Amino acid sequence: MTFARPKTVYSGKIKEMKLGTGPKAVTVGGETSYPFYLFEGEMPHLPRIAMEIFDSPPAEWAPAALEPFEGVTDDPVAWAKKCINDYKAEMICLQLVGTDPNGLNKGAEETAQLVKKVADAIDVPLIVWGTANHEKDTEVLRRVAEVCDGKRLILGPVEEGDHKKIGASAIGYKHTVAASTPIDINLAKQLNILLGNLGVSDDSLIIDPTVSAIGYGIEYAYSVMERIRMAALTQQDAKLQFPIICNLAKEVWKTKEAKAGTEDPRMGDPKKRGILLEAMTAMCMLLAGGDVLVMRHPDAIKLVREMIADLTAKQ
Amino acid sequence: MPLTGIEIFKLLPKTNCGQCGVPTCLAFAMSLAAGKAELSKCPSVSAEAKEKLSAASAPPIIPVTIGAGGRTVKVGGETVMFRHEKRFDNPPGIAMLISDTTPDAEIDSKLAKFGQLTYERVGLKLRPELVAVRNDSGDAAKFAAAAGRVKEKSDAAIILMSSNPDAIAAALKVCADRKPLLYAATEENADKMAELAKQSGCPLVAKADGVEKLVQLTTKLTAAGVKQLVLDSGARTTRQAFEDQIIIRSAPLTKQVRALGFPTIVFPCEMTKDPMKEAMLASMFVAKYAGIIVLSDLEGHSLFPLLVERMNIFTDPQRPLATTEGIYEIGTPNESSPVLVTSNFALTYFLVAGYIESSKVSSYLLVKDTEGLSVMTAWAAGKFVADAIAPFIKKSGIADKVKHHKLIIPGYAAAESGGLEEELPGWEIVVGPREGAHIPGYLKTTWSS
Repeated sequence: MTFARPKTVYSGKIKEMKLGTGPKAVTVGGETSYPFYLFEGEMPHLPRIAMEIFDSPPAEWAPAALEPFEGVTDDPVAWAKKCINDYKAEMICLQLVGTDPNGLNKGAEETAQLVKKVADAIDVPLIVWGTANHEKDTEVLRRVAEVCDGKRLILGPVEEGDHKKIGASAIGYKHTVAASTPIDINLAKQLNILLGNLGVSDDSLIIDPTVSAIGYGIEYAYSVMERIRMAALTQQDAKLQFPIICNLAKEVWKTKEAKAGTEDPRMGDPKKRGILLEAMTAMCMLLAGGDVLVMRHPDAIKLVREMIADLTAKQ
Repeated sequence: MPLTGIEIFKLLPKTNCGQCGVPTCLAFAMSLAAGKAELSKCPSVSAEAKEKLSAASAPPIIPVTIGAGGRTVKVGGETVMFRHEKRFDNPPGIAMLISDTTPDAEIDSKLAKFGQLTYERVGLKLRPELVAVRNDSGDAAKFAAAAGRVKEKSDAAIILMSSNPDAIAAALKVCADRKPLLYAATEENADKMAELAKQSGCPLVAKADGVEKLVQLTTKLTAAGVKQLVLDSGARTTRQAFEDQIIIRSAPLTKQVRALGFPTIVFPCEMTKDPMKEAMLASMFVAKYAGIIVLSDLEGHSLFPLLVERMNIFTDPQRPLATTEGIYEIGTPNESSPVLVTSNFALTYFLVAGYIESSKVSSYLLVKDTEGLSVMTAWAAGKFVADAIAPFIKKSGIADKVKHHKLIIPGYAAAESGGLEEELPGWEIVVGPREGAHIPGYLKTTWSS
């Protein structure tokens, strides 16, 4: 009895996107099959992990998440270097938490100078992420774009409400954008069209579908990402054929379960629990189509890197 | 592959006798196609049509139930490759491995832990279902003794793992009534294992080296009369095991390969020695199509995330998870703590509760039953409006817990503030932030002042 293996029919390809400049620049995208379906197509560029750092000392991190960065969390440059030198980060994501108008409310100029200092100090691609406050992000990210002219940063989150101004700055100063929409395939497509109309080129856009942690609605992000990939690869939906970024660490580590201690013996070791919540969330995102994962704990990153290597190992 | 209404109609007698309860054969055919009627209602259907229809209506992936008289787990029965297409029906069973060479005291402590690791979340009970007993000793009596111990000391569904049919037979003598899963029939022992499965009525794993050989083996086993099968493709490397899971899911669904139309079993416990990596493999298999996942041991820090992931992936995309209506205390609220009201969409609740918690301002969070809709959707659907919220506030008893009688409503429901002030005399309605993320800032500054 002969058995014919099933095979998905693909008609599309994810666009390639180069991030950063120089020898450590990174290219993502280019897939011609569902994630890791290497028996059906190709993944010319493996998913990458960006290590996140904050622009200001983190206030409420779990001890397990702080420990690997002891001594550097009040200095973003030292923090970024530690990620690269000690934990082999291939990319850095600078979260501009301190610009939050409901928090420290740091100014655009001060922040832009800080971003430039970090960008100048490292040779790997840099993602710069605002607080999703349209007015503030517009002010801050436009200044960042200008001060870091030509660095080919990823600027995010760029939403419908602020896409014109941030998008224009990104085009003007040769950066890329993370097009961010709230867990909805139609809104994602719509924003990609708007950014395209604005003049953002196809190799300068990455989709941020808005992700969440295990236990906090990961299934919504999971399915929206699967649907985006399905439309891109099997339904020739050119406006969804972009790589996907998952800014997941902050979602995981803010949860009660990642922060809890040893009060409940059924919850096991707090450190391992936090690491696995992050790594397993990342695993789900990889399987749904994530190309760039923003992560925090070095041990979680190590686990995810191993899974990527094993899933793409030579046979 | 299910037949269409028209295809079914062609097989019916076309007498329009009406004895099936609907006036015409065409209408009956349509009901059959929609799964709303039973073929047995038709008094004059031919034997040939019966056979064709029952073959066509059998699920493409057979559901298999393991366990009886304790924890049971139903796996397989899936109909789609992607959860958004319909939903994933039967979450994979999580199994803990026990070797029959393990000392009794250690078996007992593993089983005790197995019993304790149960979690409650959005009203659902999350727990592992199975214990796999492996015949590492090579001794049938020892294997049977270990199986007996598992049966006696836990309510787990059992997997009996031995390549030796005599050992399986010995263990079945002590635990057949618990309907264990027998592991495994291979090319070498298929006849004997099939016989044991048939005699005991227990489901059987077919294990072969690769998907192609698996097709041959299951064809042989089903011909021998074993219908309840679970598949092990033998792969123990990540890439191959991942590929096999996808092929085994898609072959019956997209190519009508009945020989692969069964749930699978996977063994992260045999793929790595690192428990953290084992957990990662398990999380991959939860999303990508495993029926049963066998782990070397269970630890809360890995089991909890895994069980929650499983619940998330197997949530019905059409029916959102909901939290129970009521008053939730966050921190240690007192009579002057803020009172907030929100919808009972589980995600809304988790986020709002999380944000209140991070504000460090102890609060009362009132969760109104909105049938699992988020605030904005529930408001638009008339389920989170003054007429609905006010009776809930009165009934909740919150008025007795606080002195101030100020109610913070979500910014998205701002339009209801007037109506609520009318319906809730004595209460001051305060419009809070639209986004959950702004709750901490709001509670710390606006509320405090």
